[in-house]
Amino acid sequence: MRKDVRRVAILGGNRIPFARSDSAYAQASNHELLTAALDGLIDRFHLQGERLGEVVAGAVLKHPRDRDLTREAVLSTQLAPETPAYDVQQACGTGLEAVVLVANKIALGQIDAGIAGGADTTSDAPLALNENLRKILLELNRTPSSAGRMQLLTRLRPTQIMPEIPRNAEPRTGLSMGEHCAIMAAEWGVSREEQDELAVRSHHQMAAAYERGFFEDLLTPYLGLERDQNLRPDSTPEKLAKLRPVFGGEQGTMTAGNSTPLSDGAAAVLLASEDWARERDLPILAYLTEAQTAAVDHVHKREGLLMAPAYAMPRMLDRVGLSLGDFDLYEIHEAFAAQVLCTLRAWEDPVFCRERLQRQQPLGAIDRERLNVNGGSLAAGHPFAATGGRIVAALAKALHERGSGRALVSICAAAGQGVVALLESNGNQP
Amino acid sequence: MSDRYAQLVRSPPGALLARQVGLPRPVALERHRPGDPVIRGRVLLGGARGGRLLGAIAAVLAEARCELATPLEERARSIVAEAGLDAAVFNPDAPGEQRFKALIFDATGIADSTELVALHAFFHGAVRRVEQCGRVIVLGTPFSDCASARQKTAQRALEGFTRSLGKEIGRGATVQLVLVAAGAQDGIASTLRFLLSPRSAYVSGQVVRLGRGKPPKEIDWEHPLRGRTALVTGASRGIGESIASTLAREGAHVVGLDVPALGDDLRRVAARLDGESIELDITVPEAPAAIAERFSGGLDVVVHNAGVTRDRTLAKMPTERWTELMEINLSSQERIDDALLQADALNGNGRIVCVSSMSGIAGNAGQTNYATSKAGVIGRVQALAPELAKRALTINAVAPGFIETQMTAKMPITIREAGRRMNSLSQGGLPIDVAETVAWLAHPASGAINGNVVRVCGQNLLGA
Repeated sequence: MRKDVRRVAILGGNRIPFARSDSAYAQASNHELLTAALDGLIDRFHLQGERLGEVVAGAVLKHPRDRDLTREAVLSTQLAPETPAYDVQQACGTGLEAVVLVANKIALGQIDAGIAGGADTTSDAPLALNENLRKILLELNRTPSSAGRMQLLTRLRPTQIMPEIPRNAEPRTGLSMGEHCAIMAAEWGVSREEQDELAVRSHHQMAAAYERGFFEDLLTPYLGLERDQNLRPDSTPEKLAKLRPVFGGEQGTMTAGNSTPLSDGAAAVLLASEDWARERDLPILAYLTEAQTAAVDHVHKREGLLMAPAYAMPRMLDRVGLSLGDFDLYEIHEAFAAQVLCTLRAWEDPVFCRERLQRQQPLGAIDRERLNVNGGSLAAGHPFAATGGRIVAALAKALHERGSGRALVSICAAAGQGVVALLESNGNQP
Repeated sequence: MSDRYAQLVRSPPGALLARQVGLPRPVALERHRPGDPVIRGRVLLGGARGGRLLGAIAAVLAEARCELATPLEERARSIVAEAGLDAAVFNPDAPGEQRFKALIFDATGIADSTELVALHAFFHGAVRRVEQCGRVIVLGTPFSDCASARQKTAQRALEGFTRSLGKEIGRGATVQLVLVAAGAQDGIASTLRFLLSPRSAYVSGQVVRLGRGKPPKEIDWEHPLRGRTALVTGASRGIGESIASTLAREGAHVVGLDVPALGDDLRRVAARLDGESIELDITVPEAPAAIAERFSGGLDVVVHNAGVTRDRTLAKMPTERWTELMEINLSSQERIDDALLQADALNGNGRIVCVSSMSGIAGNAGQTNYATSKAGVIGRVQALAPELAKRALTINAVAPGFIETQMTAKMPITIREAGRRMNSLSQGGLPIDVAETVAWLAHPASGAINGNVVRVCGQNLLGA
């Protein structure tokens, strides 16, 4: 077994534009979306016929037919069919967790190169049989006698035609993620104005990034879409101020404008050892140097559902001996503008840092000018498992453009989980 | 004793009618039950810049396991974090559904009238979020400890604020001003706890002055009077019985005293409280010596509750009505305390609590004798406080307003109804409200309170 740990290079990424639910990608499956993202990446890095160490991806909303989704997608691409693959699932953390898993195997020398990614569709959602009907059908299958079967059939009811619809609700609280975030927004006193301002900035930054061609080597058009469908370059605080609250009741501060919409899309990131990149003459955009997951008890201890990154971050920073302010770029996944603002507030708050994080001093504030510089999920949309890949690839490129520096990624996930990671520019001397 | 009007306006049709016509709508006041926490619900704590009490308040709230919130201010957040409180955030610009059981504001930092706007900044967005039977406490600095005329002006101004807020807040909520002397921040615990809790249900619009008094190191908040002996005069019935029961609940060994004619009632009370009884007329010449002798082993709390009314307009009042009342309500108290002090029967950290009356403050037609005696009680408290302080003793008084007793039940209905409604809580108090207030003043941790007269009147309009 190797004793040394290798540096993990991020070479690039590819995603398809994100579409709003029931729109451009309404007919596309997870399999098709992921395959499209992988195809673009393979084209860009000339990976046709290449046997990669591993491809790791996942989807949050999965059909039973999506068994081994990633392996099946690999078989649909021009990668060597001998490329192994597996699925992961960690809600909105899926994409970043996949990156971490691939990176760890590269670091340990178990593989030399791999792709991490994710796909999700909320349009082609997995409807299931009505639960009562399903039980009757299963029992029918177990019943040998015709009389018994006939008797079972009498239990069929017209209402059983209604399928089971997947709900965006936490199993243990029954509340949707938006409702959970509304509780957090109220707890942290996040105002409507702050949220709208963050949302507008996200749209403007992303529109500007598109304008200067930033996404040209990060994106492949798909099914007629060339840009993220949710992007509103002309968004203004005045326009957003007109929207009605959708979460948190009449007094709520969260609207469709400062919450991410349901969306469809896929993303993939190419990671490798330095040697593997050098052999192929591929420039290294950045290194993935650290990662950390955390979870909170949103059920019994009533911590905010999406507050886990606030816990993960200091654990990772302590391990590397850096402070929150030591970074040049920050990518905080904008599940909801309120989630970002709650997280920032928590890191600045003496009470949270002392009572929940057991730290004498707050982590401190970050320079907002360095946050989500090329737009975030509020502008791009958020196909759950695709977001990690989108962020890592774009952030690695942004670091590469800067020529030096460090960056942080923070992604909150359902079920009270969070994933954070640390990227370093290739320009940094080790 | 039942308040039919209050019952009526708490019923759905009654409430509708009262609302339409604009009649007072008294809410059922919450009252303390053994085992209850200090306060149920979240406390919002804030302070003006430069205040000196946030840390001390936070420490009390932390020890009392209060659920806390603060505005998003670096200083306040740091201080409550230091106290170990996992405080929530309150932002009036994004208030959500937040509700508070109590608002506490440290106003000691206000040194100039222009800074009084800090009161508006804190309370404006928060006051409508106070729950039923909520509590508002403002803390300030007493006149004598202010450095400048400007500071004195601003601090004195606080009283106008709390008294007015008490009158407009409604729904059973109370508002108090606590003036904390310089360096006295360690002695605020018993007072804050009392004023936050349902124990102070019928106390509102009061100004409490806290001086430098060292609280004991270890305090058993559940049974603070455990191991202490308390003498309660007039303990056989009404308010006196309630005081005796409450002190016993707090752990005291209670010795009840009353005239021999009420011996049966007195013995019943003493038996129920596992205490003792003294059947004695306190006005007889040998009473003071007898009492001092009886407690030569040491006494911790004396509650001068015994009192009578002998109402008559002055022109129609025979001399006996004057002298008999004055003997019972005032002169005998003086003699008993003199005897106890001479015999050194009061233990260190001992307490004398007198029962005065709203009439003693505001005056009342037909009660020249009674009001004279009760105003005299206030004089006694103010006169003795500095002297007793030297012996590590305190003396304070409670001044009940309209309390529902057998005495008030016999009043003509119009006078009774006026008495009940003419206060900020639109209802009469109960004997337990007076008793809880006495228990607070008798508390071993209440050494900082000396020479105070605290009204238990629901912020009655009379004499306020």
